[in-house]
Amino acid sequence: MIWESLWLTLKLALTTTLLLFVIGTPLAYWLSATKSKTKPVLETLVSMPLILPPTVLGFYLLIAFGQSSFLGKLLEDLFGFQLVFSFSGLVLASVIYSLPFMVHPIQSGFSSLPVHLKEAAYSLGKSKTTTFFKILLPNIKPALLTGIVLSFAHTIGEFGVVLMIGGNLPGETRVASIAIYQEVEALNYGNANTLSFILFVLSFSILLCVYLINNKSLNRIVK
Amino acid sequence: MIECKLKKELSAAEGKMMLAVDFRLQKGDFVVLYGNSGAGKTSILRMLSGLLTPENGFIKQESNIWFDAEKKIDLPIQKREIGLVFQDYALFPNMSVEENIYFSLPKKKDKKTAEELIELMELGNLRKQKIQQLSGGQQQRVALARALARKPKLLLLDEPLSALDHSMRTKLQDYILKLHKTYNLTTILVSHDPAEIIKMADKVLVLENGKITSTGTPISIFSESKLSGKFQFTGEVLAKIDEEVVSILHILIGNNVIKSVSAKDEIAHIQKGDKVLVASKAFNPIVTKIE
Repeated sequence: MIWESLWLTLKLALTTTLLLFVIGTPLAYWLSATKSKTKPVLETLVSMPLILPPTVLGFYLLIAFGQSSFLGKLLEDLFGFQLVFSFSGLVLASVIYSLPFMVHPIQSGFSSLPVHLKEAAYSLGKSKTTTFFKILLPNIKPALLTGIVLSFAHTIGEFGVVLMIGGNLPGETRVASIAIYQEVEALNYGNANTLSFILFVLSFSILLCVYLINNKSLNRIVK
Repeated sequence: MIECKLKKELSAAEGKMMLAVDFRLQKGDFVVLYGNSGAGKTSILRMLSGLLTPENGFIKQESNIWFDAEKKIDLPIQKREIGLVFQDYALFPNMSVEENIYFSLPKKKDKKTAEELIELMELGNLRKQKIQQLSGGQQQRVALARALARKPKLLLLDEPLSALDHSMRTKLQDYILKLHKTYNLTTILVSHDPAEIIKMADKVLVLENGKITSTGTPISIFSESKLSGKFQFTGEVLAKIDEEVVSILHILIGNNVIKSVSAKDEIAHIQKGDKVLVASKAFNPIVTKIE
């Protein structure tokens, strides 16, 4: 059961991070480049999970995608799947909940690039897409890495939103953080300790890697 | 030939300013845009390159229309065949010197011009180097080679040398002139430095508050309304040596140190390190041809 919940946690974190990378990078780029009036609104929405209690987010997702809701029914009728109390639901909630952790570092990475870099590539006849993939992305690697790792680590640490929308179904939604809570409730301190210790070490190593790598790339630039 | 008429309201530090210019360049011209900061020099370059859209007017290159407000034509920067060089070089840090230059080639095959430019800009020894390891002057040489590798119709230089020290500037000016002549380019340079302009330009456009207030050869622009037959240089005082009645100033002008003798009290206020203007009547100076 320990390993099942740990595996589920990793699966959730990996899926969420992958999706967030695909969604977050273009969104971060758009936010860094736009002069649109909707920018502050969008930035606020992206940052909301930082201050909003996870229960609030979970509650609204529950309302929006619950079986009695329009969206929930539509999904169930069309595709036969259910977001609430399911792994897909957890992924959706995690993507929203960890969004700022992916978007913020990447957005500031893009903003810190000199604007002339992009313009020089355009003047050399390169399209926006080529410029994005060949020039912009390779020059913000540390920011990309930070975004990826923070999102991954943050998803591992999720609790409230998972509890609200996923419940506690073994193998489906019982991730490590939930399992710890349940083991403590059941007074199985041994199991709780094993899981807690693994999560502790995991988080520490991940963050240490980021700092080591970022310092190294910093040194390379300075030298 | 490049012909353009541009109009756009710009918001500058002191409020709004109307930029309205109208000029044409012949193929092979080396033209300098000269004027105070905020006069609209960079905006003109950005409009020519396609980074900024004018409100009104047109830009024609030979028979190609790059921009026409009435016909609603606005060719994107990628299709205008321009070379653009910035003050901050804007080299791609994720690529080596040679990769930066190759990046601009339309097809991988045609490396001939790129190789020629590496030769011409004396970058052979640096080709595998990372950008971060280069000096400012070296970086600007790479940027020039990169801008020219795809054989642009128009070379736009936005104060490319103002971040460099004096001796490096002089060297880079020679490189730019060499490129301009070798490839028979049409070049527009934004510059503040009269010495640089006199050395390089065929024609100067003087900009004030978004309007071209005078045009002409550098000599006619910079010696206007002054006495004919006069030397005038700016320099820096390296040393001041007081003799009994006179003082001798050692002044650095360009790369040369000159000595000038003046009455002591006339130059009492001038100190070592001061920037000075040196002027003298030039009737009957000794002019000898250097073999």
